[in-house]
Amino acid sequence: MADSIPSVIPSVTSSVGTPSVGSAPTGRPRAFAWNAGLVVGLAMLGVVAIVAVLAPIALGTQASGIGGTPNLGPAPGHPLGTDSLGRDMLARTLVATRSTVLMALAATALSAVAGITFGVAVWLAPHRLRELGLRAIELAVSYPTMLVAIIVAAILGQGIVQVVVAIAIANIAGFARLTANLAARIASNEYVTTARLMGVPAHLVATRHVLPNMAEPTLILVAGAFSGALVEISGLSFIGLGAQTPAFDWGTLLNDGLSKIVMNPVVVVGPAVALTFTSLAALLVGDGLAAAANPRSNTTRSRLVRGMGTPSPGTGEEDAVLVADGIRVEHGGSGRELVKDVSFTIRRGEVLGIVGESGSGKSLTASVVAQLVGEGLTASARRLELGGTDLLGRVPATTLAQRVGLIYQDPGTALNPALSLGSQLSDVLRVRLRHSRRAATDLLLQKFRSVLLPDPEGRLRQYPHQLSGGMKQRAMIASAMSTGPDLIIADEPTTALDVTVQREVLTVLKRMNRESGTAVLFISHDLGVVRALCDRVLVMKDGEIVEQLDDVAALSGATVAHPYTKQLLAATPAVTVTGANDTTEARV
Amino acid sequence: MSANMVEVRGLDVTFGDTRVLHGVDLALAKGRTVGVVGESGSGKSTLAKVLVGAVPAATGQVEVDGVDVVGAGRAALRAYRRRIQMIPQDPYSSLSPRRTVGQALAEAVDPVRARVADHEELIVSWLERVGLTADMLHRYPHEFSGGQRQRIAIARGLIIDPHLVIADEITSALDVSVQAQILDLLAEIKTAMGLTMMFISHNLAVVQRVSDEVLVLYRGQAVESGPVERIYADPQHWYTRRLLDADPGSPGFSLAS
Repeated sequence: MADSIPSVIPSVTSSVGTPSVGSAPTGRPRAFAWNAGLVVGLAMLGVVAIVAVLAPIALGTQASGIGGTPNLGPAPGHPLGTDSLGRDMLARTLVATRSTVLMALAATALSAVAGITFGVAVWLAPHRLRELGLRAIELAVSYPTMLVAIIVAAILGQGIVQVVVAIAIANIAGFARLTANLAARIASNEYVTTARLMGVPAHLVATRHVLPNMAEPTLILVAGAFSGALVEISGLSFIGLGAQTPAFDWGTLLNDGLSKIVMNPVVVVGPAVALTFTSLAALLVGDGLAAAANPRSNTTRSRLVRGMGTPSPGTGEEDAVLVADGIRVEHGGSGRELVKDVSFTIRRGEVLGIVGESGSGKSLTASVVAQLVGEGLTASARRLELGGTDLLGRVPATTLAQRVGLIYQDPGTALNPALSLGSQLSDVLRVRLRHSRRAATDLLLQKFRSVLLPDPEGRLRQYPHQLSGGMKQRAMIASAMSTGPDLIIADEPTTALDVTVQREVLTVLKRMNRESGTAVLFISHDLGVVRALCDRVLVMKDGEIVEQLDDVAALSGATVAHPYTKQLLAATPAVTVTGANDTTEARV
Repeated sequence: MSANMVEVRGLDVTFGDTRVLHGVDLALAKGRTVGVVGESGSGKSTLAKVLVGAVPAATGQVEVDGVDVVGAGRAALRAYRRRIQMIPQDPYSSLSPRRTVGQALAEAVDPVRARVADHEELIVSWLERVGLTADMLHRYPHEFSGGQRQRIAIARGLIIDPHLVIADEITSALDVSVQAQILDLLAEIKTAMGLTMMFISHNLAVVQRVSDEVLVLYRGQAVESGPVERIYADPQHWYTRRLLDADPGSPGFSLAS
């Protein structure tokens, strides 16, 4: 069950983030989350920038003036010693900051512009050109960056400009590869397709739609590339291809110091520390940006606590599978109440439906019962019991895995595409309930048969993509039933399916419920579907139960009381047939 | 030139070795709406893509708004695409998160310059037409619900007064209550503007609310077509009957296995 948690969280957060039509929009852009790495990295880069600007002005003459004592160790006035011409190493290191950083910046900027242009253009090009471009990028990234840089520098010759160009060329492929990946995802969005169909020229699609939507990951990439370029440029200068005397950078300083490292080791300390410091700063900024861009890195953990007040005395609870009293869910940050005091019971063998629109809190209510409250939310209940077990106390994961089965909305994303059905669907049985592989497989096979999955043995070895949506959902039902649970929670299990497949899946659910007497908590936005399957229905709106419908069979605009239920009922699409219609032949 | 907006005859579409559409015929008169129904993989979205010229036809004739879409050159297609609008399915990926509502609509009016200020009056009038307000002009898509986003997508599709609108499953990502509002809006605009529309859905009940005619696709073939009243009252093909019975509100619906 552990590996199914991520799939429930998106559905929970999305239902929080999408307010219903008519209500005031509540979603707002996530505030930028500063983190320690980012602050430290930016501060370090700030120091580097100040040194780069001021050092050549203040220390320029000291760094290149000849005439001091050569080859000094640490001495007063020369804390890092002097080089073979008697120049102060500290001053030289600080002065070299400007040229080194400028070279790395220029190389990064050149490779970023060229690489990003190529990576984006490839995705807006016609099909054949795109394939050709992608293969070219793949070929280019297979050569090590440093090797390419050395070869290009060897062809171009020695000098600062040559080295910058060499590093830039060597890094283009990496940029192109990563931006092509980012652009691929964005180019498949409907807003890009729509813009192209509307006749927006390709270069405007790139600057208006593709580039702005990949800004954050690209920025992170640039920070990393800067750090790399810094080291690579110093590397080329170190082997003598870069800055030529009298110009100098950290790489040449290291090279000069290397020959004297045995007799005067302190001379390499300056450039080595400067290089490490600057490179580290860029990496910290890159990682900090990545962490800030990840919405999940700054949410708090979820909590489920016992609510205040005495539990309401229950009625007819002898055969209750689930007793929920006073469920509340609060958004930890804003304190907004998403579910307000929801109470219900599910009797043995009963199918209880919760119906409501996005944002009504129906999925959150179910997530509390399944103990899968989303991150950043605080849930509480006065009483929450599953077949006599208090869910508010410490519940062993095994108990929960055995007694609650989950069926998700989208069978496409609930299943791991890399694992065969047999292996992933018997996971809970083997890991939590300690069944042997053989016993788990047999049990799963038996359930596959009971959900009428054709060729059950063959399915065990199949991967999710080999099954249609309806077949996947049947397999999910089989897996949820395999532990012999007391309660099945089905969260919009047919919303992603065609109507014909929906009917098949509902039929299977109903059959399982009838044959094994397993209670079902069925969540849907479609009252038409809910009334077809459920014994009782709760109507939820804005986190509250507004109406409980006990007689689903007689459901009509006249029998419901709350205006919202009437509205839902009227909105439910139904085929209106005028004239005779022989439906008995229709079943195939 | 015929009086029909869409004239499709003997359309075949193949992707590699797979035949996605086979022998499809469709005639849609100006000012009428055809509902195209079928389950996933029936070829209904492919049919829409053929009509906008995004997918080539293997054989057959496709004439839309007097343009031979199969034989048209690039320049002719570009001009033609301005007269045909497709409203996409997913309200969450159909609007760029970095462009305001005004910018999205301005781009539809003027794809090259896309300046909100030049067309503000027109854009605001369309926002109000689809039930939004003028002050939403400068808001970003994340501030809107799915239903509101779909209203924006509808405004973007209709703002240039297209000759044919193709709505591809535009309500399937929405709650039923929101779906009902969008269908009402579409029906109201359709009557007011005399729109010619192709409405694609897997749900017959939804199609019935907005369409005059229905085309039922099953595995790439048009198994049944005709006026809504006749198809719903007296379906001839078993697949149409199965679709009708799968609707939870229909008399033939049952969960007996």
